Formats: sequence, C-alpha cells, structure tokens
Amino acid sequence: MSDHHPTGIKRWLFTTNHKDIGTMYLWFSFVMFLTGGAMAMVIRAELYQPGLQFVEPAFFNQMTTMHGLIMVFGAVMPSMVGLANWLIPMQIGAPDMALPRMNNWSFWILPFAFTMLLSSLFMEGGAPNFGWTFYAPLSTTYAPPSTDFFIFGVHMMGISSIMGAINVIVTVFNMRAPGMTLMKMPLFVWTWLITAFLLIMVMPVLAGAVTMMLTDRHFGTSFFDAAGGGDPVMFQHIFWFFGHPEVYIMILPAFGVVSEIIPAFSRKKLFGYSSMVYATASIALLSFIVWAHHMFATGMPVAGELFFMIATMLIAVPTGVKIFNWVATMWQGSLTFETPMLFSISFVILFTIGGFSGVMLAMAPVDFQYHDTYFVVAHFHYVLFPGAIFGTTAAVYFWLPKWTGKMYNETLGKIHFWMSMVFVNLTFFPMHFSGLAGMPRRIPDYNMMFAEFNMWASIGAFGLGLTQIFFLVTIIMAIRNGKKAEDKQWDGATGLEWDALPSPVPYHTFATPPKVD
Amino acid sequence: MAFQRKLVAGLISLLGIMLSSGLHAAADMNMRPGVTETSIAAYDLHMMVIWVMVWVSVAVFGAMIYSFIFHRKSKHPVPATFSHSTKVEFIWTIIPIIILIYLTIPAIKLLIKMEDASDSEMSVQVTGSQWKWHYKYLDQDISFYSNLSTPPEQYEDFDHQGTDKGENYLLEVDNMVVLPINTKIRFLVTADDVIHSWWVPEIAVKKDAIPGFINETWTNIPTPGIYRGQCTELCGKNHGFMPIVIKAVSKADFTAWVDTKNAEKKAAADAAAAAAAASWDMDKLMALGETTYKSTCAGCHGVTGEGIQGLFPALKGSPIATGPVAAHMGIVVHGPSSKKMPAFGAVLTDAQLAAVITYERNAWGNSTGDMVQPSDIQAFKAGN
Repeated sequence: MSDHHPTGIKRWLFTTNHKDIGTMYLWFSFVMFLTGGAMAMVIRAELYQPGLQFVEPAFFNQMTTMHGLIMVFGAVMPSMVGLANWLIPMQIGAPDMALPRMNNWSFWILPFAFTMLLSSLFMEGGAPNFGWTFYAPLSTTYAPPSTDFFIFGVHMMGISSIMGAINVIVTVFNMRAPGMTLMKMPLFVWTWLITAFLLIMVMPVLAGAVTMMLTDRHFGTSFFDAAGGGDPVMFQHIFWFFGHPEVYIMILPAFGVVSEIIPAFSRKKLFGYSSMVYATASIALLSFIVWAHHMFATGMPVAGELFFMIATMLIAVPTGVKIFNWVATMWQGSLTFETPMLFSISFVILFTIGGFSGVMLAMAPVDFQYHDTYFVVAHFHYVLFPGAIFGTTAAVYFWLPKWTGKMYNETLGKIHFWMSMVFVNLTFFPMHFSGLAGMPRRIPDYNMMFAEFNMWASIGAFGLGLTQIFFLVTIIMAIRNGKKAEDKQWDGATGLEWDALPSPVPYHTFATPPKVD
Repeated sequence: MAFQRKLVAGLISLLGIMLSSGLHAAADMNMRPGVTETSIAAYDLHMMVIWVMVWVSVAVFGAMIYSFIFHRKSKHPVPATFSHSTKVEFIWTIIPIIILIYLTIPAIKLLIKMEDASDSEMSVQVTGSQWKWHYKYLDQDISFYSNLSTPPEQYEDFDHQGTDKGENYLLEVDNMVVLPINTKIRFLVTADDVIHSWWVPEIAVKKDAIPGFINETWTNIPTPGIYRGQCTELCGKNHGFMPIVIKAVSKADFTAWVDTKNAEKKAAADAAAAAAAASWDMDKLMALGETTYKSTCAGCHGVTGEGIQGLFPALKGSPIATGPVAAHMGIVVHGPSSKKMPAFGAVLTDAQLAAVITYERNAWGNSTGDMVQPSDIQAFKAGN
C-alpha cells in the first residue's frame, strides 16, 4: 500500500508527494544547469583568444546575462529546493511537507517562468543584455523590449521561491516527530530553515525592484531616472539588499549538506553542533547589513564605505567557525574518501579560497582595484561552483542510494570528482590573475596581455562542460543498473532517513511518526 | 587506488604546466603597484592580505591534510568521540577577529585618504557616454571626446583568418587625457546615458559615472608616462570598447599642450565658421558625412545603416531618413523623445551635422537627393 502512486504524466503533474516534487526540482535544475552551461561555453569560446570570432558584442552581453540569471535562479536555487523537498520530511520524521498542494504549484511555476525568460532569446532586440544584476538605467530606458518578459519571469520565480520557503518554515515548525527538538535537527534542516527566512525577507524586495523597473519603463515613473528626480544608485541599493542575502541563500543549504557528509565519512559526530547553528544564524543576520560592499565605486560617503567594509569583514568570523568545525570533525576521525566525501572536502578547501578573495574584496581601498574585474568573477565562481554546486553534487551521491535504492559506480564517481576538481580550478583560478592584471568583467574582447589566462580558463570551461555530461551518464547508469543499495549505505551516516527507513524509501514514509530520543 | 594516484599525478603536472607558463608572464599575474602614492599603498595592502591568507591556508589546509594522512580509516580505525570544546571554539573565534582588526586598521587609514579630494589644484570633468569618454578641463577651458582608436579590422575576426593586433589593442584612443605630474587633480565623474565606470589601474582610481550625479575622486601622478584603463561597468553593446588613456607630462609640457589645444580650438572654430558659411556640394557633404557617420553613428545604427532589430532602429529606408528633412534634423540635433539617443547639436559642428544628415538621406539606397547645408542647420537651430 505504501508504495501506491499514480502513474504516467498525471503522477508528475498533479503530485503532492514531496519525493516526486523533489525529484522534479532536481531534474529541472539540472536541465537549467546544462542550459546555463551551454551559454558559458559560448562566452568561453568567444574569449578563447583576442578578437571577435564567434558572436557580436550585443549577443555576448545576452549570453552573460542569461548565463547568470539561469544559473542563479534556475540551477542553484531549485537544486537546493529539490534537496529540501526530499530530505527535510525524512530528516524530521514527517510524512510530507506541510503544504503539499502549494508545493506542487511552486514547482510547476518554474518551467513556465523559465520558458518565458528563455523565449526572450528569440525576440526582436534579443534577450536581456544588461547583466544578471540589471542595473538601471541600462535595464530600463536602454533595455530591449524583451525586458518585460524578464520582469514577469523574475516575478514568477520569486513567487515560487517564497512559497517554497513558507513550506519549509511551516513544515519544520509543525511537522517534527515527537522528541525531535529544534536543537536535535540535522544541520541540513537548520540551514534550510534559516535560508527560508532569508528568502521570505528578500524575494519581495527583488519583486519590488523589478516592478519599479516596469513602471519606469511603461508608466512614466522615474524611480531610477535622475531627470525625473529618481536615482540610479537607489536601484543598486534595492538590488543588493536582495542580492547579498541571495548569495547566502545559495550557499547555506550546501553548508548543511557538507555538515551531514563530513561526519558520516569521518565516523565521528559533527564538531560544535550548536556553534554551527549559531554561526549560520549570524551569517544570515549579517547578510542584511553588508549589501553596499558591492557598491564601493558608486561614490558612497566615506562613513558608509567604512561601515559596509567592517560589517562585511565580520562575516569572516562565523564563516571561519564553520570551516574550523569541519576540520575539527575530521580531526582524529576515521576517514574514508568516497565520492560524496571527496566533493565535501574540496567544497571546504575551495570555498575557503573563495572566502579569502571575499575578505580581500571587502577591503574598500583595495576593492577599487578588484571591483568589476575578473577577480570578482573568480571570487563568486569559487563560492558558487565548488561551493553551492559541489555541495549539491555531494548530496546527490550521498543520498542517491537512499532515494533510488541503487548505488552509483564508485569508480565513475571518483573520475567525475577528479574531472570536476581539475577543470573547476583550471577554469576559475586563472581568472584571479586576469582580474589582477586589469581585465574588466563582461567584455567580449581584450588586450593580448590577458590572452594566456583566458585561454586556460576556456580550456578548463570546455572540460568542465564535458564533466557535466559525464555526471549525467554516471547518474543515469546508477538509476538504471546500479547495484542494490543497503538500507544504511554509509556506515557512519546518522539520522532518521538512514536509521528508520529502507532503501529505496517507500513512496509514503512516516505515516506514523518515528520515535526520537 | 592506482587510477587515483595517476589522476593526482596528472593534476599536479597540469598545475605545474600552468605555473610554468604563468611564470614567464609573472609580472602580469599579480596586481601592478602602479605609480601613485595611493596605488602603491593599495598594492601593499593587497600583498599584506595575500600573505595573511597564505598563512591561514597553511594552518587550515595543513590540519586537513594531516587528518587525511594520519586519520584515515586504515591508519586510525577507531575515531575519537569528542564533539565540542568551548575553549577551542572560543580561541578560533577570537583569532580571526584579531587578524581582521590587523587588516582593517591600515584599510581604514588608506580609505579615508583616498576619499579626500580636498585642496586639489585642477579639475577635470569626466563624462561617460555610450561608448566614449568626454573630458572637460574646467580650469583650462578645454574639452574633447576620447574614442577607441583600434580599427574594427583588428578586432572583427568572424572569418577566423586572424588579424594583426597592435600592442595597445583595445587600449588606445584618439585623444589622450593629458595631465600634469605632481599636481593634485580632481576628477568629477558623471555620465550622459547609462552608468559607466572610469578606471585606470596604475593610479588606482575607479569611480562610477552615473547619469544625473557627479562623483568626485582624485589623483596625483609623480612620474610621466602613459597609463591605460577601461570602462568597468557594463554599459551596453560596446562596453569593452571604450578605453581610457592618460598621458602624464611635466608641468611645462602640460602648459605647452594647453596652449596648442587652445590654438587648435580657435583654428577649429574659425574653420567651422568658414565651413558653415560656405555652400557645399554633394560630394563634399557625402564624404564628410561618411566619416562623421562612421565615427559617431555607426556604433548603434551600423555601418550599413541597418541597425539592430528591436534595439537600434535602421536608417536604411527609415521613414525619418527618407521623410521630411526638418524631423530628421530635429532628432539628430535635439535627440528623440525616447531619450535613447543623445542630442548631437552641441557635439558635432554645423558642417558635420549637415553632412551626416545628407549622408543618411542618400546612402544605402536612401536616394532622396536632399542636400542639407550648414546654413540650414544654423537656421534650424535658430528657429528652435
């Protein structure tokens, strides 16, 4: 009985099952990941050598814009929601998410939102071309007509995210099994709970920003036009008030993932559980008062620059606590290095490198030299790719046996890891150098002094593109022909999903709540 | 496992290749110290943070690597059971705070200095527009546009034949910003259309150019030389094609340059007046019109007048370029009501305006046969 479910297309269209919805989120985000990745390939092909070889600058700008938007809103965020859907009910001993129909709706909005956004590529004037940060007035007065589709697409994604976040909060507060107190929850649930609050706080701000753009474009307002009494810099304040918490929205769930995986393969409890929870909460709170560090060059008063510089550097403290805790978890453990662990370890190392360049960028007087160069591109790709995306990848390898009851091929998983590790660094490390040498971001062509670094980055990027196909094949092979997984596939794993549920998990779980002591 | 060891070896040799290929370009791998007091201070701060980060990495990654080697299951089969230590956690909260204070103090000092543009000896207004810079020397009454001077033949390589590129490819302009050395120069940075950003790495000045607002920054260059930079805020199609070139010269050379510029300005004004008074024939108008069109209009409307559908209107066969002359002149001189195109009335001379309008009305099959004389432009401006 517990495995009964509808079949065919209706199973997916009308499902209210958190596992099905989680699966759809994950596949959707992977499709978007490949789409955004294909755009990155166009960008890197054009930048492979000096001169314009493949695309016109106008199309190049559409590619950088769409790549950013699709990766942020289409790949990283939905992948995290997919993990939340799969894991949160199982980890807190709940039968499903608290609001299952809303869950269905928040997923099914996304394909329409991204169809709308992607359709702009085929419109007259082309797709949005003003960067994923869409600074006014380039995105208002000077933008292509398709910008309105972008605006409504962002609205839809925002509605989807807000509903997803409400669902997580309501589920965590109301659906925990008896005995599952807040401070007993797995760290993944904690990081997602905090992420959900961030989402609810900032997605409406983003909606406000795009609505103001819409009225500036069509209804005669001048929010961002100095000629009508507005201020283009106000756009940046509003955008980054959303945008900075947004970067933590993308990374906090990944923190949660590695906080589950590192203890499992260290065969040792997570070091400093409560300080991990408090550090996550501090990072989230600080993320609201640092937004203007993206705007040091806009001509802020020096007092403002000092405030935002110091507040930003403070974030290094709770982030440091987390990294030290992960290291201390491994310390004197009994380590093995299966694929999820390899991805988690490289997450810690490479995210730390991204954190270092983050501290450098926070220092306003030097930021004038880094700002809007490839150094920034290197920085945020280091926190997003080996950060958020390695985190998700580690999660997929770690929980795949639980989700599907099948094991991936460990050799293929390790090859995937080493390909990822080599190509991520080959792609993004040289960008530090081209940025320091003075190459601005978002340019389709450059002086020869940047040629060598760009060539390396492009070679790395093509390799990284191929790696994703390899990942897809590895996963499909596991799902189709993988060896049968154990109920507790990893001897060091803890938590309800491993201890109280078989592999694969039945369609309906925890119809009666488990006992937690 | 064997394949794993091979992969590690491969990774290391790949990194080796990268480093060795990077080494001969080692000078380009790091930030350049630049030439001004502030740029050198920024560089020193950059190096200070890098070294702090290197030592933190050694400690953190060192501990991790130690764990990987000595705490692996084969070496350390029974894991320890500790899971927190208030003392240790307190220490590694305090140490980063101390490191951050150590980094913040020089940063605060430098920032306050960099943002103090008071007591400047001269002022230059820098205006960004799509996609060129305009410089106005407020004390010398000189102003000019500065355009990319790399010809399109060098960067357009769509047939993959490769092109010969000069040393300063994409970093060269027709009119350099000439500045005196050992002078505190204030820059007033603004923009006409979208946000641009004026950056010259060697003097560590980067300031956003924001339409409707004026930002202030400054420099004091001690050594003569040519310093190159680029626009660093995405500003549309040709964002990658609006470089900045500063030529720093001695004070005497600067005075000489100002005199030359003023003489040129007077000669240009006289020539413009003479040209405006003269009656031009079609060939002359078309010739000047083509040059003006290519340098001023082709960036958006395209060399063949076809524009980009949906973004920049085509002029070929357009109702404006083939309709009444007055409406055409209105748009070129005053800009369109949408404000998407700047007004060129004060940017081009009357002769250039007349020529470019004539060109647009007769090129690419727009065979209206209309000729616009500089005197027509004068009359049009007077009439409005």
